[in-house]
Amino acid sequence: MMPARQSDTMLNAATTPPLGQAAVPVLDIDNLYLEFPVYKGAIRALNGVSIQVMPGEIVGIVGESGSGKSVTAMMSMRLIPENSYRVRTGSIRKSGRNILQASEKEMRHIRGKDMAMIFQEPMTALNPTMKVGRQITDLIRRHTSLSAGQAREHAIALLRDMHIADPVQIFDAYPFELSGGMRQRIMIALAFSCEPSLLIADEPTTALDVTVQKQVLMLLRERARKTGTAILLITHDMAVVSQFCERVYVMYAGSVVEQGITAQVIDRPAHPYTRGLLGGLPENAEPGAPLQAIAGQVPNLADLPGGCAFRNRCPLQGEPCSQIPPLMPLADQPGHSVACWMTAGEAAHV
Amino acid sequence: MATTTAVSPLFSSLAYFWYQLRRSPMMLLGLLLITLMCLAAALAPLLAVHDPDAIDLGSRLLPPSAAHLFGTDEVGRDLFSRVLYGGRQSIGVGIFVAFMASVIGSIIGCFSGIIGRMVDTLIMRLMDIVLSVPSLVLTMALAAALGPSLFNAMIAITVVRIPYYVRLARGQTLSIREMAYVRAAETFGAGKPHIVRWHVLRNALPPIIVQMTLDIGNAILMAAALGFIGLGAQQPTAEWGAMIASGRNYLLDQWWYSTFPGVAILMTAIGFNLVGDGVRDMLDPKQKVK
Amino acid sequence: MFFQIIRKRLPWLIVVMLGVSIITFIVSHLIPGDPARLIAGDRATDEIVAGIRSKLGLDLPLYEQYWVYLKGLLHGDLGTSIRTGRPVIDDLLSFFPATLELAIVALIFSMLVGIPLGVLSAVYKNSWIDQIARALAVTGISMPAFWLGLGLLIIFYGHLSWFPSGGRIDGLLGDPPTVTGFFLIDSLIAGDWDQFCSAVEHLVLPAFTLSFVHLGVVARQIRSSMLEQLSEDYIRTAQAYGLGRWKIILGHALPNALIPSVTVLGLAMGDLLYGAVLTETVFSWPGMGLYVVESIQALDFPAVMGFAVLVSFVYVLLNMLVDLLYSVLDPRIKDAG
Repeated sequence: MMPARQSDTMLNAATTPPLGQAAVPVLDIDNLYLEFPVYKGAIRALNGVSIQVMPGEIVGIVGESGSGKSVTAMMSMRLIPENSYRVRTGSIRKSGRNILQASEKEMRHIRGKDMAMIFQEPMTALNPTMKVGRQITDLIRRHTSLSAGQAREHAIALLRDMHIADPVQIFDAYPFELSGGMRQRIMIALAFSCEPSLLIADEPTTALDVTVQKQVLMLLRERARKTGTAILLITHDMAVVSQFCERVYVMYAGSVVEQGITAQVIDRPAHPYTRGLLGGLPENAEPGAPLQAIAGQVPNLADLPGGCAFRNRCPLQGEPCSQIPPLMPLADQPGHSVACWMTAGEAAHV
Repeated sequence: MATTTAVSPLFSSLAYFWYQLRRSPMMLLGLLLITLMCLAAALAPLLAVHDPDAIDLGSRLLPPSAAHLFGTDEVGRDLFSRVLYGGRQSIGVGIFVAFMASVIGSIIGCFSGIIGRMVDTLIMRLMDIVLSVPSLVLTMALAAALGPSLFNAMIAITVVRIPYYVRLARGQTLSIREMAYVRAAETFGAGKPHIVRWHVLRNALPPIIVQMTLDIGNAILMAAALGFIGLGAQQPTAEWGAMIASGRNYLLDQWWYSTFPGVAILMTAIGFNLVGDGVRDMLDPKQKVK
Repeated sequence: MFFQIIRKRLPWLIVVMLGVSIITFIVSHLIPGDPARLIAGDRATDEIVAGIRSKLGLDLPLYEQYWVYLKGLLHGDLGTSIRTGRPVIDDLLSFFPATLELAIVALIFSMLVGIPLGVLSAVYKNSWIDQIARALAVTGISMPAFWLGLGLLIIFYGHLSWFPSGGRIDGLLGDPPTVTGFFLIDSLIAGDWDQFCSAVEHLVLPAFTLSFVHLGVVARQIRSSMLEQLSEDYIRTAQAYGLGRWKIILGHALPNALIPSVTVLGLAMGDLLYGAVLTETVFSWPGMGLYVVESIQALDFPAVMGFAVLVSFVYVLLNMLVDLLYSVLDPRIKDAG
C-alpha cells in the first residue's frame, strides 16, 4: 500500500454508506448550464444537467455525439480551456470541493490523484516515444513522495494487478509495441496508480475489439471494487451500460432526459429517445424486420428550438411539448425519472 | 472524403480572399512591400532623377542629400537611380527564375507522376542527385563555368531550383491520381491528358504557387549573392549584390554605399516571403475559417 | 536497425557521388575557352599549348577523360589549383577546419536562440511573442547574409570598435599550435589565454552573421513541430493527470517535436557549411568559402570544381548521418528496420 498523504480522504471508502448517514457525493453536478460562445451566439452544450455519483458507484452516461456527455466528463476535470466556455449557472463539486471555482494549481493537484480519466483512443493517448513504465512512475512521483525505486515497484505491482502476464517486460516497452487492449490496460493502470475516488471513463472500449472490450470492462470493475473508486462511464453503447452500470443517465442535446437504476431503465424505458435507442439495438430486432432507427437528426446546439429538444423526432410529440419538460419520477419507480410530458404519467396506465 | 477538392476556396470568391487578407496583417504588409518595390522598379525611368550610368567625377562618394537621395558611388553615379534600376534586374531575375523553374519543373514532375514506372524512377533519381549538390555551390559552379553575366546567373539559379518543383509536382500528381474522383473520371473513359488538364493541374496548382512566391524571394537573394561574388550582371549595369560588393571598399566612411542596396534586397525578400507564407496559411486546411 | 540503414544507403551514396562527379565533369567542360591555353598564357606558341593539352590528357576522347577524372576522384585527387599550384584537395583540407569551426559555433548559437524562440512561439501562439518571433524568423530568411555582416562591421567595428574586422586571430599573437585545427580548442590546449580571447573576439561577428539566417529556419521548424505535438492526445492525457504546464511542454512535447526536426536541422548544418562562403568573404575568414570565392575570381576552375565535389560529398554524408540519428532517437523507427 502507498503511504498516505495528509490530504487523502476518500482512499479507503466503503462501498455504501450506512443507511441514515448522508454521504457526500463523489461527483455532484448541479443544474449546470454551459455554453461555448461563438461568432454571433453560442453553442449551448449543457442545459440544466444534474448528475450525481456516490462513492463506490458505477454510473453510466449514455448518448450520441453532441449530447453533451463528453463535455460533462471534460468539465468535471476542468480540462476545457478557460476562455472557450461560459457557465451560465450551476455548479460542479468533487467530494464537496467546488471545481468551477478552483484555481488551476488546485486542479492540478486533484487531477490524477482524486480524479482520473481514461480516454477513448489508447493508441494516441500515450506518449509514443516514452517507455510505458516511465509514464506511470512519472505520475506516481508527481503525486506522492515515493523514490524512483519504490515508484517502479508500485508500477510493476499495478501492471500485475491489470492481469498483465509479464509486467517487468511491459514496463520497459513502448506504446507502439503493445496492442490496443494492452494499451488500455496501461491507461487503467495509470488511472488507478494514485487510487482516486472517482474515475471517469470516456468511451473506453469504443476503439477496441469486441472480445477485448469485455475484458477491459471487467478489469475496470474489479479494480474499482477493490479500491472503492466510483466510476462514471461515458458511452453511446447501451449494451455496455446494461452489463456494467448500476445507474444510468440518458442525455440528449445537452440535457438529461431519463435517469434511474439501469435495470429499470432498460426494462421499461420511459423516454421516447431511450426507447428509440433500445429499439434500434440489433439484439432487440425481430428477425427479418427492418432495424428501427430514430427519424431525423440531432438538433443544432447553437440554434435549439424552444421546448423539448427531442420534439421534432418524437413519435409522441404533442401540445405540451412546446415547454421544456423537467425530470419527473415515475409513479411506481421513484428512482427512475424521465423528462417527458407524454410518458411521465404512464406508469399509472400500465 | 475525396469529393471535389475545392481548387482553393481562396480564389473562388474575391470577398473571401479579402476577408482572409484582413485577418493577416503580415500578409498585408508583404503585399505592400512587393507593390512598393515592383512599382519602384517599373517606374524607374520616371523616378530616377539621374542617369544611373552617368559618371560625374566631381561628385564622388557624396553622402545622402536632397539631390542624391542615397548618395553617390566612387565614380559619381547616383546611387538612388542605380538602386531603382538594379531593382529591375533583381526582381526581373527573381520572377523569371521562379516562373521558368516552376513551369519546367512542374511539367517534368507531372509527366513523371503520370507515366510512372521506370521513367518516373529514373527522373526522380536524377533529381535526387542534382539536389545532393548544395544549391549555392552548384549555382556558383555553373555560373562560374558559363561565364559571369546576368543571363548565365539566371540559368544557373533556374537549373538549381527545378528539382524542387519536379518533386512537388510529382508528389501532388501522385496523390491526386489516387483520389477517388479521378478514378471515377477514369471509369467514365476520361483519357490521361484530360485528367491532367482538369484534375491534376487545378489541384496541384496552389502549393506550386506558394512555392513560386517564396522562390522569387530566394532567387533574388541568390542572384544578389552571385552578384556579390562577381558572377552576376557585370559593370556598368547596376545590380544590388555587385553594388554591395563595391561598397565594401568604402565601408567605414561611406556607409550608405553598401547599406541602401541591402535594404532594398531585404525589403523585397521579406515582401515575397510574407506573401508566400500568407498564401500557404490560407490554403492550409487546418486553418479553415468556420 | 542502425546497420540496416547504412547497408541500404551505402549503394545509393555511391550512385549519388557518381552522379555528382558526372555533373561536375560536365560543368567543367562547359567552360568557354581552352583550359590549356589558359594555363599556358596568351603568348605561348601552339606547340606549347598542344604539349600542355596532351599532358593534361585534354586531347583524349571525352569518356576517357571522364574515366581519368573518376579514377582521380577515387584517389582523392581533385586536380591542381591553377592559382596556388597545390593539389586542390590539400588546399581545401587546410582551410576546412576554419570553416567547420565557424559553422559549428553558428549552429550552436542558432539552436540556443532558435529553439526557445520556436517553443515560446508555439506555446503563446498568436500573442505578441509569437508575432515578434515570426517577424524575426522571416527577417532572418530574407536577409542577405553578406549585407548583414557588412552592417555589423560598420556598427561594431567601425563605430564601436568592439570587435575586429576580420581574420581568425590577432596577427601579432600568431596561430595556436595545431592539434584539432579549431583555434578555440587549440589555444586552450596550449594554455594561451590571450590567443583564446582573440579567437573568441574574432568569432563573434562572423558566427552571428552566419547564424542569423538559420535562427529563422530553426525557430519556424520548432514552432510548427511543437504546434503539431501540442495538439496530440497524449498531451491531453498528461494534463488529465495533473502534470505541470511547463513540465508537459518541455518534458513531453519538445522531445517529440525535436525528433522530426532533426532532419531539417541536420540539413541546416549543410547549409551553414556553404553559407559560410559569403560570410567568410565579408570577414576575411580563412576558410574554404573564401578560398573558393578567390578561386572563382581568379578563374581557377579546378579549384571550384574540386570544392563542389568535396562539399557534395560532405552533404550526402551528412544526410545519411542525419537519417541514422533519426533512427536512434525515434524508438518507433528501430523496429521498422
